[in-house]
Amino acid sequence: MLIRDTATGYGLATRLMHWLMAVAIVALFVLGLWMVTLDYTSPYYNLAPDIHRSAGILLLILLVFRFAWRIANERPADAELSRFEAAASRAVHWGFYPLLLALMASGYLISTADGRPIEVFGWFSVPSLVQKDGLEDTAGLVHEVLAYVTIALAAVHTIAALKHHFVDRSRILTRMWSGPPAS
Amino acid sequence: MKLVLVPHALMAVALALSQPAAAADYVIDTKNAHASINFRISHLGFSWLVGRFNRFSGTFSFDDTNPAASKVKVEIDTQSVDTNHAERDKHIRKPDFLDVAKYPTATFESTAVKITGEGKATILGSLTLHGVTKEIAIEAERVGGGNDPWGGVRAGFAGTTTLSLADFGIDFSHLGPASKEVELTLNVEGIRQ
Repeated sequence: MLIRDTATGYGLATRLMHWLMAVAIVALFVLGLWMVTLDYTSPYYNLAPDIHRSAGILLLILLVFRFAWRIANERPADAELSRFEAAASRAVHWGFYPLLLALMASGYLISTADGRPIEVFGWFSVPSLVQKDGLEDTAGLVHEVLAYVTIALAAVHTIAALKHHFVDRSRILTRMWSGPPAS
Repeated sequence: MKLVLVPHALMAVALALSQPAAAADYVIDTKNAHASINFRISHLGFSWLVGRFNRFSGTFSFDDTNPAASKVKVEIDTQSVDTNHAERDKHIRKPDFLDVAKYPTATFESTAVKITGEGKATILGSLTLHGVTKEIAIEAERVGGGNDPWGGVRAGFAGTTTLSLADFGIDFSHLGPASKEVELTLNVEGIRQ
């Protein structure tokens, strides 16, 4: 089984990171929407944000690694795409990195605006780097807007993948699941 | 002897001139933070959660010889609420509680001062908080006053009051029965203008 990506398909590492992040991003979005509606006396009032923050930090680490992995690996060919599709897919794929980085950075800034660190599942803690009066409000607004933008971009990405799969009958979607064909 | 007496006489005149004359206007020294607006509210009935408003401004007029004629006005920037926890402060600013986007300012303006004892008074006035104006009573005491070391004249007071949050349309009911009231402690030092 190939770990690295090749010109014909994605290796195991990329595929694992792709689906792990896909599930994590949607889960964190839903968790985020839900946790802000919790009543103060809910048993999840403290637990849900703790999980959201912890998972978010782990996702940030994974994002940085994935970006490095992407740069260090060959990119599977997308010759079957039209010029527009190729440009659009590139914009969406590369757009995810700065968008997710900004999303997670803004989340980090909410929780650390008063100098508190973020405890990641009690395993380690990430110290506060920036403290500013009212930063939590600005960061909170940015975090909320970027979360919706991320989900919107993910929806575009999903619809495009399904279109390639069901309409174009291409291997675009299956290669992210099954990896490169045996040569 | 005369040579010594003259400077004494001059000093007496100078001292007399420097005493507060009738009602004087003071500006609350928020610039150098010799004033604070603090609050505490019960957390689950288990402990006291303490917070403050970091930005406010105010003025008062005070007359040593007729303290009942005193007046005070304070404006509070509700955005500046600080409970030493950014995430909680962010929540307190939301429409769930203070709704600072809609009600960025809270004001207090005295309507009457009743002297209740030596250096003690009840300040009656209207507090506007969360868009609701209510009459409240602040129990105030004079802490001290006089010439400061830098050529100015100051007067300092402390006051306390208890607010029922429901009176101001702020719903803390989901925080439990112990969290219906908030105690305010005000420390004010004014510089005579």
